Amino acid sequence: MSQTPVNPPAQERRKLVIKPLSKGDKWFFRSTSIAAHFAFVLVALILGFLLWKSWPVIQGQGFDFVFGSTWDADSDPMVLQLGPMLWGSLLIAIVGIIIATPMALSMAYLIVFMLPNRLARIATTLVDLLAALPSVVLGLWGLLVFTPVASHWAEVLNSYLGWIPIFGVADAENGFMRSPFIAGWIVAVMIVPIITSVTREIFSQLDRDLINGALALGGSRLSTFRRVIMPTSSGGVIGGVLLGLGRAIGETVAIFYVLNLSFDINWGALLEPQGGAVASWILARFGEANGAEKDGLMAAGLVLFVVTLIINYIANVIVNRAQPWRKN
Amino acid sequence: MNSLSTASTLSAEDISVWFGERQVLEKVNLTFPANQVTALIGPSGCGKSTFIRTLNRMHELIPGAGLAGAVYLDGEDIYNESTDAVTVRIKVGMVFQKPNPFPTMTIKDNILSGLRLSGRKIENAEELVETSLRRASIWNEVKDRLNDQAISLSGGQQQRLCIARSLAMDPKVLLMDEPCSALDPGSTRRIEETIQELSETMTIVIVTHNMQQAQRVSDQTAFFLADDNTPGGVVEFGSTEQVFNGPIDQRTNDYVNGHFG
Repeated sequence: MSQTPVNPPAQERRKLVIKPLSKGDKWFFRSTSIAAHFAFVLVALILGFLLWKSWPVIQGQGFDFVFGSTWDADSDPMVLQLGPMLWGSLLIAIVGIIIATPMALSMAYLIVFMLPNRLARIATTLVDLLAALPSVVLGLWGLLVFTPVASHWAEVLNSYLGWIPIFGVADAENGFMRSPFIAGWIVAVMIVPIITSVTREIFSQLDRDLINGALALGGSRLSTFRRVIMPTSSGGVIGGVLLGLGRAIGETVAIFYVLNLSFDINWGALLEPQGGAVASWILARFGEANGAEKDGLMAAGLVLFVVTLIINYIANVIVNRAQPWRKN
Repeated sequence: MNSLSTASTLSAEDISVWFGERQVLEKVNLTFPANQVTALIGPSGCGKSTFIRTLNRMHELIPGAGLAGAVYLDGEDIYNESTDAVTVRIKVGMVFQKPNPFPTMTIKDNILSGLRLSGRKIENAEELVETSLRRASIWNEVKDRLNDQAISLSGGQQQRLCIARSLAMDPKVLLMDEPCSALDPGSTRRIEETIQELSETMTIVIVTHNMQQAQRVSDQTAFFLADDNTPGGVVEFGSTEQVFNGPIDQRTNDYVNGHFG
């Protein structure tokens, strides 16, 4: 026997009303969202301005703007090619990273795992203070104090390892100053704090039971660091290093003081007193540039901006993907 | 099968422990005979976990940790100046409260991690992996996925993997700090069965808050207690049968019958 099923009347859904914001809350909400959007608007405006200013140059010079290696504002038509400066920025950043990463990792390890709390706090503050050092002060220190010392190191490196191309120089009488090697050290000092603080954060979030587990299995401090701590935190550490790289590439004033800018491209002779850095080049030329060359410098700024954005983006992706096992 | 070394007798003599100025254990004397399972019971904060960490020299890794007394492993003081902490930890394995497999390693690599961490040669890796996993009764569940990440296992499986990881080092003593507190009853039962089997080849010390568990797995039981603001110590130590069914001390009686704690 079939009966027509009786549908029970659908239950009436109640309307949920979010209480209207109080007057104070409304204003708070408005002012915070204005502030938050302001940052986006500012970035967009800067990008727009750079694009607008540099478009004629980029259109006129084409891809050679990035890859060519002549900068001649007096010729007609003007030849503006940024290659050596862009490569120089990368080269110095790489040297900086290579010097800074082991330092920063050691410091983070010391702070998180070795020092008693009070000393750890002091060490953290000191490293952070390094980040607060004005770039121009670092540049002057680099020029007046550090360069004489580091040029001696460079000389020693050259005399023992000169047969490796990166440590060779064309003329050993050059004094070993104003080289990418020295600029790399200066950049290293600037980025040690950021790599240290990211790494410190990653290390301190590590599950202590993992480390204890490794030690309880007969691991030494070193083998535990190498086989457990580093693999577990490598994603975050790489992200921190890339954040440092992003900063190193944009660095201007400090490098300006310690590097000899040259359009003879230096592919990797670190001790040779010639190199490049986009930001420093902008600083060096801006005062005397005419209108069209100024636009070229704007375009250089745009290129730098884009490169930094890409590196920061990659850093963010890596940091976010770093620890998939944390999700459970 | 690898030839398994015999179990060892472990004994703690007058173990007192400090963290900074604060004393947390006062003159603990306990002997863990070879092939016996000893349960350490007592309310939270009475120093059981601290005590168990003095048995494999994990205690000294805590900043400000202090110690008096001696721990003898087959008659030799593990705190001798000439004795290396790493050698002690290889002989005295440890399983933690929360499963802690290495998340970046596969199941197989987790088993071999102890040998790698202590810089020892790995011979017959395949055989060692199988033997260790079999002894921890998890072989059948993971034999087809030895190269999967260890964290893909369930909590109970992870804990048995951690037991297997310790067994790969062929320890003479196995310390277990509330190994089942994070696990469901099914996993708990399987680990208890494993403990019974393992006691044939090694000496086991287990900290537990579960009275039934202590009765099910252990041969002897030590009851720890710390009165307010005084260091903890052992109130009663004897066969599990005696501690649970005929405790001499009134406080033990109250605790095992659930009157406090």
